[in-house]
Amino acid sequence: MGGGVGWPGVGVGQCPCEMGSWGPVSLHDQTQSRAAPTHGPCGRACMKSGPSVVLPAALGPSAVVVVVVAAAVAALDRASLLSSSVPGMVLKAFFPTCCASADSGLLVGRWVPEQSSAVVLAVVHFPFIPIQVKELLAQVHQASRVGLAVLGTWCHRRQEAEESLGHFLEGLGAIFSHEPWLQLCRERGSKLWSCKATRRQVPPHPGAPYEDQVMLVFYDQRKVLLSQLHPPADLPDRQAADATASAGGLAAVFDTVARSEALFRSDRFDEGPVRLSHWQSEGVEASILAELAKRASGPVCVLLACLLSLISAASACRVFTLWPLSFVWSKLSVCEQLRHRLEQLTLVFSTQKAENPTQLMRKANVLVSVLLDVALGLALLSWLHGKDRIGQLAEALVPVADHVAEELQHLLQWLMGAPAGLKMNRALDQVLGRFFLYHLHLWISYIHLMSPFIERILWHVGLSACLGLTVALSVLSDIIALLTFHIYCFYVYGARLYCLKICGLSSLWRLFRGKKWNVLRQRVDSCSYDLDQLFIGTLLFTILVFLLPTTALYYLVFTLLRLLVVAVQGLTHLLVDLINSLPLYSLGLRLCRPYRLAAGVKFRVLEHEAGRPLRLLMQINPLPYGRVVHTYRLPGCGCHPTHSWGSLCRKLFFGELIYPWRQRGDKQD
Amino acid sequence: MEDEPSFSDICGGRLALQRRDYSPSCREFCLSCPRLSLRSLTAVTCTVWLAAYGLFTLCENSMILSAAIFITLLGLLGYLHFVKIDQETLLIIDSLGIQMTSSYASGKECTTFIEMGKVKDVVINEAVYMKVIYYLCILLKDPVEPNGISQVVPVFQPLRCCVA
Repeated sequence: MGGGVGWPGVGVGQCPCEMGSWGPVSLHDQTQSRAAPTHGPCGRACMKSGPSVVLPAALGPSAVVVVVVAAAVAALDRASLLSSSVPGMVLKAFFPTCCASADSGLLVGRWVPEQSSAVVLAVVHFPFIPIQVKELLAQVHQASRVGLAVLGTWCHRRQEAEESLGHFLEGLGAIFSHEPWLQLCRERGSKLWSCKATRRQVPPHPGAPYEDQVMLVFYDQRKVLLSQLHPPADLPDRQAADATASAGGLAAVFDTVARSEALFRSDRFDEGPVRLSHWQSEGVEASILAELAKRASGPVCVLLACLLSLISAASACRVFTLWPLSFVWSKLSVCEQLRHRLEQLTLVFSTQKAENPTQLMRKANVLVSVLLDVALGLALLSWLHGKDRIGQLAEALVPVADHVAEELQHLLQWLMGAPAGLKMNRALDQVLGRFFLYHLHLWISYIHLMSPFIERILWHVGLSACLGLTVALSVLSDIIALLTFHIYCFYVYGARLYCLKICGLSSLWRLFRGKKWNVLRQRVDSCSYDLDQLFIGTLLFTILVFLLPTTALYYLVFTLLRLLVVAVQGLTHLLVDLINSLPLYSLGLRLCRPYRLAAGVKFRVLEHEAGRPLRLLMQINPLPYGRVVHTYRLPGCGCHPTHSWGSLCRKLFFGELIYPWRQRGDKQD
Repeated sequence: MEDEPSFSDICGGRLALQRRDYSPSCREFCLSCPRLSLRSLTAVTCTVWLAAYGLFTLCENSMILSAAIFITLLGLLGYLHFVKIDQETLLIIDSLGIQMTSSYASGKECTTFIEMGKVKDVVINEAVYMKVIYYLCILLKDPVEPNGISQVVPVFQPLRCCVA
């Protein structure tokens, strides 16, 4: 009985939890267990305030303060436990399936009073020292901030009932008092369980029973530990994060198991003071390759991060921001794709650890996507370079370009005649036709000039496929754009001419009606013109109207050709976007380990007998594939068409130029 | 276990209801559909194959016949896996939640579980579908607004069953 400030009514030195009078509590010390109830009040006080209550008298007033605070905390704790569990709710005990065959012991876990549910995490086997159990729980509480406690007892006995065991286990309730105190019991080899939840205190409201109805819910601890709950899509992300922490009952179970990793480190086969049974007891999972990869990933990441930063620095240097080069770079989609890949790789190999599971998934998705891309690109490369396919391609390219040019020539001859039976204005027709024909002739000459070098160029450009299939597809799209440059030019000429004509026509039509466009007020105002103004205006209007069919026809034909080329390029870009944004790692995870991505849970009622507690099996309901893609899709290149169909049609009608995709950094034209 | 007299769905097909009380705090309602009838299966297969044979005599291309076989097989598998429901179950567990399971003829099971904390109420709603029908639905709480309803979940939706 050392001195010291004590709890009112009980001397501190008499605290049975101090090592001394008790020693390890084992299965055979039944006389001591019978004595346990008399130490009831002290036992509870000790559990709350722990070793801090034991103080030498010399410390004085500060010690008093500490004890008073501890006492207040203890009182609060007891009060909160008293008002625990909503009246009328059935008590749910979440029990891990791996502990169903464990030997008798104490149940350790977390009590969630709002849901009236007890989440059992592990079973502590005999022999144990109560104070060491409490120390372990305090340690885990500090490491994981999950409030663990001893919830009750677990009894797994043989056919011949051991009555003494039952009494002994009841006595343990005095040392680790917890409201309500769970007592689960099972006959070895049978499916019959019995559960009891008793309350020691007077119930807060009259009429409530001393014993609660218990429902057993079995869960697979390993799967719940590894899985990640995805709340339904209608909740905004911020609220979803709050919800998982506090409200959702089942989310609390997942959260508890996931955060209690510190408890699962020691096992019943370890030499430590406390022997636990949990999912690791079935065999600690580890893989040499995974461990080696984890060790090696640190230096590899650092090395690659340095390399990537060098590349980004090189690409940002001043040479590339000069005018001709920067213009060319911004137009080529290869550069866009390479920049996108560089950004993604920088993200993956950054030395910062991922903060939350979403970031980790994103990193994994990007890595798998890049690896697959490079693999497909290498396959394409090997196919191209085998059997001299590049040579065949280069040989076929010039005749194809010639053929296209010939077809265009026929088209222009047709337009210069009487296309579709329409009567064109002869002079304008000839001028436009000859102009375009000359342009075409120039283009063909350039192609023929380049033809000896095409094979070399194609060979070197084909090497870029080793950077990925997406890069190869972007190169293809750029080659198509370059080869159909003359169609683009024709479209621009036709569109500008048509636009000019339309502007002139609308302004002269206003003059014809006696109105004018007021630039200051941005509206149409009436205006009185002089006679000669009206005369010249009407004349010009008539000329433009009669020349309209010719210009409109040329514009129509070349716009259709341009739209065809744009459609082909658009398809290629769509494919590139698909490869860029598909979350392959998440899809693979959903296929092979469906419990990792959980949309929710599902319950199955197990064999039930009248008079026995209800037993349910809780399984994980995996996320459907559509939601996996939607949740984890990677951001694409960002070059999507920005027009709606309505605005596109309007632009086409008025002859404004359409740019199918907006490159990053381009200003609005 | 109790068996009730047979019910029918909106289109007039027959349904059977089973009620199971596992315990005072757990109840299950099971609605089952009649199986796929051999007669309708034979009729559809014969129609498709006759049409394919007709096309074959016109075009003399044997690919049409192989295509018809593939279409029939894939169509049957798709129907069994995505359309034909064998059974719909509603499991109500006190203070845990409500679970709805649909099991398809191919063995696929689709489960939705709604926690009790999210359920505001279970009501019988009216709908006008050629005539007025009454169906059971669950109202879910709105996380933002305390008195609002975020979703209305009809029970036994794939079977299109209505309360008589």
